[in-house]
Amino acid sequence: MKKVKENKINEEITEQEISSEEYEHAKRKPVIPGEIIVSGEDYLPGDGTRREGNDIVANRFGLAEESGRVIKVIALTGAFIPRRGNVVLGRVTDITFHGWIIDIGSASQAFLPIEESPKFVSKAEMDQFIAIGDIVAAKIWGVKSKGIDLTLKGKGLGKLEGGFVFHTNPNRVPRIIGKEGSMINLIKENTSSNITVGQNGWIWIKADSVDNQIKARKAIEFVVEKVHIEGLTEKMEEWFRNYK
Amino acid sequence: MISMETSNLTKETLKKMFAEGKRFDGRNLLEFRDISIEIGVSNKAEGSTRVRLGKTDVIVGVKLAPGEPYPDSPDKGNLSVSCDLLPLASPRFEMGPPGFYAIELPRLVDRAIRGSSMIELEKLFIEEGKVWTVFIDIYPINDDGNLIDASTIGAIIALKNTMIPVLDEKGMIDYEKKPTKKLPLSKTYPFSFTFYKLGNSIIMDPTREEEEACDARITFGVSYWNNQYMVNSCQKTGELSFSKEEISKITNILSKKFDEMNEKLKKFL
Repeated sequence: MKKVKENKINEEITEQEISSEEYEHAKRKPVIPGEIIVSGEDYLPGDGTRREGNDIVANRFGLAEESGRVIKVIALTGAFIPRRGNVVLGRVTDITFHGWIIDIGSASQAFLPIEESPKFVSKAEMDQFIAIGDIVAAKIWGVKSKGIDLTLKGKGLGKLEGGFVFHTNPNRVPRIIGKEGSMINLIKENTSSNITVGQNGWIWIKADSVDNQIKARKAIEFVVEKVHIEGLTEKMEEWFRNYK
Repeated sequence: MISMETSNLTKETLKKMFAEGKRFDGRNLLEFRDISIEIGVSNKAEGSTRVRLGKTDVIVGVKLAPGEPYPDSPDKGNLSVSCDLLPLASPRFEMGPPGFYAIELPRLVDRAIRGSSMIELEKLFIEEGKVWTVFIDIYPINDDGNLIDASTIGAIIALKNTMIPVLDEKGMIDYEKKPTKKLPLSKTYPFSFTFYKLGNSIIMDPTREEEEACDARITFGVSYWNNQYMVNSCQKTGELSFSKEEISKITNILSKKFDEMNEKLKKFL
């Protein structure tokens, strides 16, 4: 009974003092591990949360979201957890008899078998196709306890030529890409560059000039820093208008 | 340096950018990042500093203890610099016995300080067979390149703030008494400047990404004494060589860089 009363008071304050923009924020609030998001038997714990008695408690640092009865936390930090079907970028660290060993920034190493290359490669000339230190875009074909298997068979996969690669937080990749690629297309148009974003947070940029390369990287770093802000695409457009 | 860590693509791109005189963070090739200094970060140490050079973050502590002098300098104090490359600072640091870089880094700091005779080791004599030993401990908290220069800055500022603890009748340190005496230092102090080479370009204060792409580096310990600039120490590492012209170009800007750094850190020295 007391709780209901408290809620009512809160609602009144919300209507009076908090503007509509801040009210939007209340739907997605930042939480830290151990923080109580909501209490009550009506809610169900989703991804990144757990139930503790009457409360739903955050397991991870991120943004808490309410969708119907389910509460989930969209993580903002953490390691890359490889899943089947992810397109990742990786650096070749070694060549064996049967394929290439690739570092994709996850806990275990990834292996690209020689049969998974799109064209026939002779075992004697493997380093001419992909050498140590090269960057490849590959798809995760399977995740086992021993390691990760990759494949190059697919559209847009293979060895990357030109440009450069840098690393960001893999949990922020969805924001970099945006809804149906809106953010990444905006950056591509404004910098006339070619960008590939791996699910592991490795990003490849190839632009026609050095200035555009720097601009594209700064734009992505801007998105990575401002992930928790809503309406980021408009902010990005403004950023491009103000750039130099 | 550790060129295996970086990709071929990024190295080529950085080479092209340096040739045009451009960097990702918008600095000039020979420009330092912002430095911020915090003094007295540890209450157990006799002197301590935290240096932030961009995202590079280093804590340096100075500890004093009475000890035996070395046989070749029975009337002088000892100086010992050590460094722990903690795995939390960078993915390239691993647990286990110290590697090449973990030995080289404190040696470079040690030689810059020793060569400039910043600490007056003769005044650290206590009695026959007993002198003060100055321990400088370097702990990188975050490695975003150029640990050497950041560590030297941290070491000299920590030394400037070091107090000598009080000894009791038995010759043991009495930590309950408040120290009043400062560590005897001369007027001079060193800075180290590390120049990195990639292709035909020479850069200073690289980020980790740039540092990993570079082929060679050379470190100079520089001090100012008797109205002249002195090179106290010098060490080169890496696969490629520096040409005669490059070295003379570097040595010509050392005095300018020393003045710049001196101006930035004036209030701490």
